[in-house]
Parts: sequence; C-alpha cells; structure tokens
Amino acid sequence: EVMLIPTRPRLFSVCRNEDLKEMLESSKESLKLEAMKRIVGLIAKGKNASELFPAVVKNVASKNIELKKLVYVYLVRYAEEQQDLALLSISTFQRALKDPNQFIRASALRVLSSIRVPIIVPIMMLAIKEAAADLSPYVRKTSAHAIQKLFSLDADQKEQLIEVIEKLLKDKSTLVAGSVVMAFEEVCPDRIDLIHKNYRKLCNLLVDVEEWGQVVIISMLTRYARTQFTSPWKEVRGQSGEVMKAFYESDSEEKKGHTEEKPYIMDPDHRLLLRNTKPLLQSRNTAVVMSVAQLYWHLAPKHEVSIVTKSLVRLLRSHREVQYIVLQNIATMSIQRKGMFEPFMKSFYVRSTDATHIKTLKLEILTNLANEANISTILREFQTYVKSQDKAFAAATIQAIGRCATNISEVTDTCLNGLVLLLSNRDETVVAESVVVIKKLLQTQPTQHSEIIKHMAKLFDNITVPMARASILWLIGEYCERVPKIAPDVLRKMAKSFTAEEDIVKLQTVNLAAKLYLTNSKQTKLLTQYILNLGKYDQNYDIRDRTRFIRQLIVPSEKSGALNKYARRILLAPKPAPVLESSFKDRDRFQLGTLSHSLNSKATGYQELSDWPAVAPDQSVRNVEIIEASGSDSEEESSESEKTSSDSGKSSSGSEQSSSESELEQKKKKKTKKVPQKKSKPTAADRYSEIPAVCWSLRVTTSSFGPVKTYELLHHMTGKGLAAKYHFPRQPCLYQPSMVAVQVILSNSSDHSLEEIHIGDRSPASLSIHCFNTIERLEPEASVTVSMGIDFSDSTQAANFQLCTKEDQFSVSIQPAVGELLMPSSMTEQDFCKEQGKLQGMNETSATITMETANASSQAISKQVLSVANVGVVSSSQNNFSRFAGRTVSSGALVLVSLELKESSTALLTINTEKTVMASMLLRDIKQALTQA
Amino acid sequence: MIHSLFLINHSGDIFLEKHWKSVISRSVCDYFFEVKEKAVDPENVPPVLQTPHHYLISIYRGKLFFLSVVQTEVPPLFVIEFLHRVADTFQDYFGECSEGVIKDNLVTVYELLEEMLDNGFPLATESNVLKEMIRPPNILRSVVNTLTGGSNVGDTLPTGQLSNVPWRRAGVKYTNNEAYFDVVEEIDAILDKSGTTVFAEIQGVVEACVRLTGMPDLTLSFMNPRLLDDMSFHPCVRFKRWESERVLSFIPPDGNFTLMTYHVSSQNLVAIPVYVKQNINFFETGSCGRLDITIGPKQNMGKTVEGLMVTIHMPKVVLSANLTATQGNYTYDLTTKVLVWDIGKLNPQKLPNLRGSLSMQAGAPKPEENPSLNIDLKIQQLAISGLKVSRLDMYGEKYKPFKGVKYLTKAGKFQVRT
Repeated sequence: EVMLIPTRPRLFSVCRNEDLKEMLESSKESLKLEAMKRIVGLIAKGKNASELFPAVVKNVASKNIELKKLVYVYLVRYAEEQQDLALLSISTFQRALKDPNQFIRASALRVLSSIRVPIIVPIMMLAIKEAAADLSPYVRKTSAHAIQKLFSLDADQKEQLIEVIEKLLKDKSTLVAGSVVMAFEEVCPDRIDLIHKNYRKLCNLLVDVEEWGQVVIISMLTRYARTQFTSPWKEVRGQSGEVMKAFYESDSEEKKGHTEEKPYIMDPDHRLLLRNTKPLLQSRNTAVVMSVAQLYWHLAPKHEVSIVTKSLVRLLRSHREVQYIVLQNIATMSIQRKGMFEPFMKSFYVRSTDATHIKTLKLEILTNLANEANISTILREFQTYVKSQDKAFAAATIQAIGRCATNISEVTDTCLNGLVLLLSNRDETVVAESVVVIKKLLQTQPTQHSEIIKHMAKLFDNITVPMARASILWLIGEYCERVPKIAPDVLRKMAKSFTAEEDIVKLQTVNLAAKLYLTNSKQTKLLTQYILNLGKYDQNYDIRDRTRFIRQLIVPSEKSGALNKYARRILLAPKPAPVLESSFKDRDRFQLGTLSHSLNSKATGYQELSDWPAVAPDQSVRNVEIIEASGSDSEEESSESEKTSSDSGKSSSGSEQSSSESELEQKKKKKTKKVPQKKSKPTAADRYSEIPAVCWSLRVTTSSFGPVKTYELLHHMTGKGLAAKYHFPRQPCLYQPSMVAVQVILSNSSDHSLEEIHIGDRSPASLSIHCFNTIERLEPEASVTVSMGIDFSDSTQAANFQLCTKEDQFSVSIQPAVGELLMPSSMTEQDFCKEQGKLQGMNETSATITMETANASSQAISKQVLSVANVGVVSSSQNNFSRFAGRTVSSGALVLVSLELKESSTALLTINTEKTVMASMLLRDIKQALTQA
Repeated sequence: MIHSLFLINHSGDIFLEKHWKSVISRSVCDYFFEVKEKAVDPENVPPVLQTPHHYLISIYRGKLFFLSVVQTEVPPLFVIEFLHRVADTFQDYFGECSEGVIKDNLVTVYELLEEMLDNGFPLATESNVLKEMIRPPNILRSVVNTLTGGSNVGDTLPTGQLSNVPWRRAGVKYTNNEAYFDVVEEIDAILDKSGTTVFAEIQGVVEACVRLTGMPDLTLSFMNPRLLDDMSFHPCVRFKRWESERVLSFIPPDGNFTLMTYHVSSQNLVAIPVYVKQNINFFETGSCGRLDITIGPKQNMGKTVEGLMVTIHMPKVVLSANLTATQGNYTYDLTTKVLVWDIGKLNPQKLPNLRGSLSMQAGAPKPEENPSLNIDLKIQQLAISGLKVSRLDMYGEKYKPFKGVKYLTKAGKFQVRT
C-alpha cells in the first residue's frame, strides 16, 4: 500500500480532492502527511483547496510534528474564509499555550494570532498578555509579533496592546527587543514617551540584537533622537555668526550675542547612540549598514557623517538591487555634501554591463560631484558614455553634460561645442537630446550664439524627433532677430510640411510664425496667415485654440482688444533661463533609506522626521532608577541581568550568552518563587529567625529533600557549652540566588544560658555571607536552627568565620562538598544531549568505574548520586543511561552528569561542565559513592 | 512588513505564492509584468515599484524574480536583503536556486518560508538555525521518510534561537575536524583604449568551511592586516578585537559561510595581471569589420594566469564573425550578439591571438562605438593584494583540527574599453 503513494510533487494536480479527503481520514500517519504535502503544494501554487477544510482541521492535534505544522499552514491560509470551522481548532491552541515546551507555546501563539477571525479577539488578547509575561524570551518575542497581528485585525484593542508593548519594551532580552520595537512602530509610533526609560538599554543592547531587529531599532531611534536632542549642526552656524558679529556689531551687542548662543554640548545620550551604532557599519547586512548611514546623516555632527562613506561605497559591490537603493541615497547625499564622495568618484564610473537604472544613477552622482578640479576627468568619462550602445543612457549623459555646463562656467563653452558636434550624430535620440540641452544652455547664455543657431537650422531637415524639431523652432523664434535671414526660410519650410508634423512641432511653428510676424512682418505676413489658417482647421483642439489666440493677439482688427498693443512684449519677453538641476535635489525631505525616499513620494505609514527642537526636552526622563539591592527577588534579578547584558559587549562573547542567561535567571526566579508555596507554612521562611519554634516546620521540609548529612561546626567542648552542627538543606537560598543555603543547629549543652549568639569576623574578608539575626538568648538544653546563605563562588574553599557569644568567640569553618555547590536543573533528555554537545573537549571529564553490585540498578544509582550532589534526575528513555543535570549556584554554569552502564557493573561516568575543577572533584565523589556499598 | 511573496519565472509564470498576512490576489503582479515588458532585459526592471495600493519590491536571481508585496513604509534594502537571504537559503538547501529545484521541493520551500518570516518580520534567517528545524532534503532520508512516515521537521526549538551564538548549531560532532579558509580576491578594473588604468580596485572575501566539533573559538590573524581598508564581517566576528588587535576572533557557524569581505585601499597601486592589445574596426563601406586581440602577461607575480576568457557584447548589426584563434575556442551567439573567446591558460611564450573579420548587416550604418571587452581570469595560490594569513588558533576545544588556507585571484568586473 505504501508503494502506491506517488512521491513526485508533479503528480499533485492529478489527485482529486476526494482522494485527498480519503487520505486525510485514513488511520495511517504517512498517508495523512502525504495528503497534507499535496495540499500545501496546491496552496503554494495559488490553487484553491478550501473545500478540504473540515478534513484538514481534524488533524490539528496530531502528534506528528510535520503533519501538525502543515495543518497550521493550511489553517492560517483558510481560517479567514471558514471562520466557523476554524473555531473548532481554537481549543487545541489554548491547550498548547500552557504546554511546558516553550517551542510549542510559541508556535501555538503564532498560529492562534495568525488566524484572522474577529470572534477570537478576546482570546488572542488574553494569550498575548500571558505570553508577554512568559519565562521564555522566545515566547515573549512571539507575543510581540502577535501584537501587530491583533492590531491589524482589530484596531480598537490599541490601548490594551500599548500596555503590553510598554511592558515588553522593558524586556532585557535581545531576542525580544527588535520585535517589540517593530510592534511599537506599527501600533503606536507616536508614543515616544514609552521609549525614554528604555532608550539607553536599547542603545546598549543594539550590537547583540539580530540584524533585522537592528534595522528597526535604529530607524526608530533616529526618529526619537530628532525629538529629544538639539541640533549638532548649529555649532558651525554659530561660529560663522560670531565672526560676522565681530566685524559688524558693537561690543555690547556682541556680548548679548554670546549669551544667546551657548556653546553646543552634545547630550551624552545622543553621543551614546552614535557611538553604539558605528560598529554596525561593518555588518554584512546591507540594510543595517544603510540604516546606520542614514542615522549618521540625520543625527551626527556634519564633520562626522563622512565615516559612513566607505561602507556605503562597499555596498556598491553587492547585488544589483542593493546598488540601486544605495546609489539613490548617495545621489541625495552627494548634492549636499560633495566632499563625502568625491574621493570615491571612480567607484561611480559606469560599466557597459550595468543595468540602465544603475547607469543613470551613477551618472547623476558623477554630475553632482563635478567641480572645477575634476570636471575635465568627468567630461572625458562622459565622452565614452555618449557613445554607448544604450541610447537611453547616452541621452541621459547629454543631459548630464548640460548640467555640468551650467554649474561650472569654465566649461560651458567646451560643453556647448561638444554638444554641437553631437548634432551630426547618427542616432536620433542623441541628436534630439543634444538639441534640447543646447536650447537650455543657449537660454542661460544669451550672448552671441547665432552660429550655433544657424548650424542647427541647417541640420533641421535631418532631424525627425519632434521634441528636437520643436526646440529648434523655439530657438529660432526666440532669437529670430539674430538670424534674420534664416528664420523666415525655416518658416517657409514649415508651412509646407505643417500638416504632417506632430502637435508639439505645430505649436512651435505657430509660435515662430507669430514672433516673426511681429519682428519681420514684411517677409512673413502671408506665411503666417497661411499657417494660422492651417492651424484653424487642425484636428487637435489645442492647436485650433492656440491659433485663435495668436491671431487675436498679433493681427490687429476691430475685435482685437487692448492686448494687441502688448503682443510684442508678451511674446518676446525676456524669459528666465531654465535651471538644470538634479532630480534628487529635494529628495532629502524624506528620511534616507526609506521607501518614500526611493519612490520620491510619501508612502503609506511614512513617519515624518521632525526638526530638531530649539530647546532640548528634559534629559532626566531617560534616567533609570538604580534598584536597591535590598529589593524583592525579582528586582534584584532584573538589575543583575541588566548588568550581564550591558557587560557582554560584543555579541559573540562565547560563553557569556546573555539571552540564555536571562532565561536562566528566569528559571531561578521561578524556583525562588515556588519554594514558599511548597512549604507547609508559606511564611515560615520569611520569619525564620523571629520565632524559634517555627524551625521545626523548616526541618520537616528539609527532611523531605532526601538524605541529609550533618556536619559538625563547633564541638561543645571547644565551644564552652555551645555546640553547632550544620547541613545543606538543598534549597535555593532565599537571600540571594548565588548563595548556598546552610542550616545551622545551635544547641546549648552548658548549664547556663548563652546570650547574643551571632557571627563575627569572616575570612577571606570578601566572603559574602548572609548572617542569621543575633539570637538573644539560648537556654540550657535548648537548641535552635537558623539559616544562613554563603556565596562560595563555586569553589570548595572553606568559609571561615567566627561564631560569637556575649563572652567568647570561636573560629569555625564550613567546607562544602562539591555536590552542594549545585542546584538541580530540570531539562529534557534532548536538551541534555544538546547541552552536552556544547560542552565537549576540555569541558568533559570521564572515568570508567566498577560499581558495587547493589548499586547497579538505576534507582540505586540515582540515590547514590543524589546523596553526593544536588542535581536533578533527567528522565531517560534508555535503560543503560542515567543522566543528572545541575547548575552551579554562583555562576549558573551547567553541570551535566551522565552514567552509561556497561556489562558486569562497570560504567562510564562522564561530567560535562565549564568548571573543570569542580568536575574532577565531583567525579571523585560520585565514583566513591558508587563503588562503596 | 513583507506581506506576500511571489516567485515568477523568466517567462512570467507565477509558480509559487506565499502570504504572511491576509491573501493578496496575484493580479497585483500585473503592474510588475507591465514594467517587465517595457524593460525588455530583466536586469533593467527597477527593484522598487509603486502600484495604487501596494509597493512591489523585487530581486532577480537565477533567472527568477522574487517579488514581494508590501503595504506600508519599510526600508527597501530590508526587503531586498531578506529576499536575497531567501535565495541564499534555497541555494544552501538544494544546491541551486532554480525554478525546477523549487518546484521539486515545494513543501520544504513552503515550510522554510513559513519559518523565515512571522507576520512579515524575519524570524529565523540563520541557516544553522533553519537546518535544525527543517532538515535539508537528501535522497536516503526521503526514502526512509516515505516508508516510515518519518518527518523532516525538527520538533524542538533550535537552541541557536535562544543563544547569543544563533549562527551555530548545538552539539556539532565530527570525526575529522577541519577548518578551511579561502581568500578570494577580485580585481575590478576599467582600462582604456591605450591600456592605461582608468580605475582599479581589489575586493576580497574570506570564505570559510569549518567542520569542528563542539564550540571552538577561533582566532585568525593576518601578516599584513594594514592592507585592509574597509570590511564587513559575519555577525560571529568580535568587532572590538578587530578594532584593537586586528585579528578575527569568532565562534564559527557550522559549515560554509562568508567570514568577511574587504576592500583593499586604492592608494596601493593595483597590479593588473594581463595586458590586452586590441584593434576592432568597422568599415564605412562593405558592411564588414576587423577584429584583432592579443593578450599577454603583465604583473602576475610569477604565477600562471588560468581560465582566461574574453566576452564581447557586439553591436546589434554584427551578423557573424569569421575569426581564427591561435589558442582556445571562440563562439558567437547570433541572437544575443555575444562573442566569447575561451582561452584557458596563458602561455607567456606564445601569446594567444584572435583575429579575423566581422560581417555586418548590409546597408546598416557602422556602429559608433566599439564594444568593450570583459576579461575573466584566475590565478591560483595568489592574493593579488599580497594579503596573507599568518595563523589560526583554536581555543575552547582540545582536539587538533586540520587547518588549510587557499588563495585565489579572479577578475571581477574587468573591462577594457576599445
């Protein structure tokens, strides 16, 4: 039966929906999977598979991961069309949202939020809120994505969603940062107040955030900075202003000027942003580089902007599409800041293999960069381009030459001559473009250019491109007094061919006729009337209209009004020369790097970059209060994780993985929070030292944690009646997560009561101990149990301190067994193996041991190992493997113990951890425990 | 951000569509087709287009258009970079990025696209992470999967997603531990008619293939890092160490990756390995022309120039070429008007020459401009900038890996104007 399954996707189309339904309803997983694959194939091709919805949705709770994923794909695609049926699947996702596996929670939220069914909005809202508080940063990231989905489904949820965004913005995980800023940008980009407190954190996290998040954060911070800081560009203006004053203004006024213009000092936060984004110029992601470049363009002092040049030029080596965008941005930049790109001029030289739009952009930039010094080089380069086989490009080059000619007066004549030579070019487009450009140039240079006009008139018969013909006609008309002989002749020719010309040529013919009529009516009166008559009956109403207008204007009659007198002044008025300028001239109204900039029109959702404020808003809004160490657990943790994330510096610091660390922190948090709940009297832990009687309840809980070894701290003989014993309760320490909890039982075996029992000096002095509160009085024969916390910094070095009474001081020491420096870590077998894979090589210690036969069962092994070390048992699917996982209390480094049973009670004991010293000690201890009965 | 993606083949068929938000009708592509028609050459289609309700951002790779639809403001490079990353991923998974291979692996492609974006925002783009979730196809597994109903979808969260080294897979194990680095340099140059250099620069890239067990921490140092003018790094490289010590320190991804790209400062004169003597003439009368090209060695640091090839885009009026090559073969494609002369190894004793006549369309005017020559060449075991790797150290693991470095110089955009 299996062999019947066609495996080639090509056969998809052959399969009918009926067959697919049957396959989906079969009991065989493989058939179902095959059916789903085909259905997804149909979706991918854009074919309609909605009919299968009921059959597919049944499989939503399948155990097979791939099948389930494919069902999700289907569901997301069609749920909108089949809302009622889609609701059937919701409960499955709601269940999955509570799954212990973060991956399953995340994917359930992903699908749930992607189903665009309005009725489940409240469910989504709830799920998002819960996920935003999830312990896994991955799930929190997913919730940030879900925010945007819910917002697009129901914009009324905005206020509630902003609350979630506000909460997620505080998140310290680099995984979440990019996604939540994205949500911020989509839902409430105007709520800049939400950023204040997170500004510095975002700046500091930036290098560690994934590439895509970096782009979003940088663009948001650019906008933010423009509302919060004062312009760094004023400096220059201020200085020149001062110079001016020194020259022209009296002393007293100058003083006044001084007080007005305070010297500019950059806000440290402004500097922070510039400094932290700079390394990202070296990113492999072109979008990141571009976003940093635009940030510098819009925010950095003018003299610092040029550090982005090299990186932008580097991007020109990338794909064609990347080049296109980067060149567009350089084109805009190079108008304002020639100097930035001039040293790299040759990088913009055109290759014959470039795409046309790339060529045009390069040309644009070269033209922007042209100045007196480099114009000859550029013109030489342009000469090559004019000959290009790509005629559209050759035409663009001619325009560029025209622009250079107007901008740099030294070369105007050279350019003009060059362009005149091009008039004899064989290609029409080249000629036409030359004519148009020459026309513009002559207008800007209204001196003696009759030679060029005569030359053009001569060429007129050979030029067929309407725009070029029209331009020549206009030129002759405009300067008809400079070519008095030629102009009427041209008009004569035009009268002959008038009816065959294009509209634009006809209009200019009418124009020429009118001008000649006014200046040289003797020769042209009849010609003009003939042309006006032709125009009167033209098919095009514009021409008819123009003809009528011109006739009324120039030919005096009774009907013609007062304008007639002014005809000459109207038609032959001196006209301002056209300005030849870059099409990128005012593109800088858009933020660089944006879609709007690229299209040169405002795209939907474009966020305007505000002008710098004249006065900086309150800077203190960005201050974050320093959380006191004595605060609650969760606060302590957050301050700590902040430290790790800011300390970690560059992302790849290897062992320091701030994101996974923050999850670890979360785990710790979970544990510390759960401890009180486990206890029979939840408040006992908090009040342990107040009422000695409560200690009994504490002891009850500890005994439930398995074998407890008690060690002597102080013998009653040495302690003058005070005896102390201690043990490790193996609970997370309540005072600080990096401390090991120690319980000390103090008893009075003397015949008088002991007073003021407390802890005195300690050594080493740096040893961090959380002492128990002083015991005011201990009666004879009484004993009391107190808890303390000691930070051993993951070493077995003894903690020495003095146990004091009112009269005496006794030096005591606690030396922990290595196994007590750990705390259990719960993980799945798979996670265990993965983690183990990361801790190979130097981080692995192993030994083959021969066990006592009584210890050979897995229960016995667990018992023995747990007696030695405070680790958690990892449930194992293999009988011959026992695995235990823990973390060191102080640094949270993973310690993985695995025991592989071989024949005849030998076993391979392996310990994987970064803490190699601990590993060898632990190995010794476990070995001892297992080899003894 | 990215709303939908359409894959379109050369002839304009949409053969895959994927929507990350609500479905957008494929008729939106009509605007694109219109522009594509006008542009004639697919390379000339502008990457960013505006339609009444959408914006279309596309890339052209492997004769395919990856067309994405966006509805709101987004940095266009963001989308373009992502689309290229998608194409890279296909290349990585299937060995090539073509219509055939995508159609054959439609489900895997769809699963990949599903994982790469969530609500249009990139979620997992690191190849190491993706491979943990969706295994690349291989023949053996697909047979086994069909028989057992097994799957090629991983069921756990890829650990890379959560760690600070997201580019590296966890639990990597090899019996042979090896790390190879290829330093590949490309010469971009424009030479003018007389052979003088108009523009030349060197672009380099360090490609790595690292197969090492565990979590190795590598340090790669150069003899002469000062040569490097501008560079970009894979996210794994610790930028601060580069800034302070000029060494590349990194925990590598598993497998193939680009470690860095660099640009060699143009102040250093760029060595041009070959010279070209050419003479191309089109005559005013007789509808014919002459072509004579000789290539010889110039500054090649004593190494052999291999894989020498000359490509010429002839003017449209050139109908055929009747040439003789003293070495190698030439072909002239009548439809694309491309003349390719494949020379091979350059022998300094006997310089390769190609000469003969070109025949042109009768009556057509002679082309104004002579076509420029594009040169391809390779020089093994040489980085033309002189860059040299001095050593590679490994920390964090105790085994001894095999380490290898290879150098290669290629012609990049190497053009000779005539």
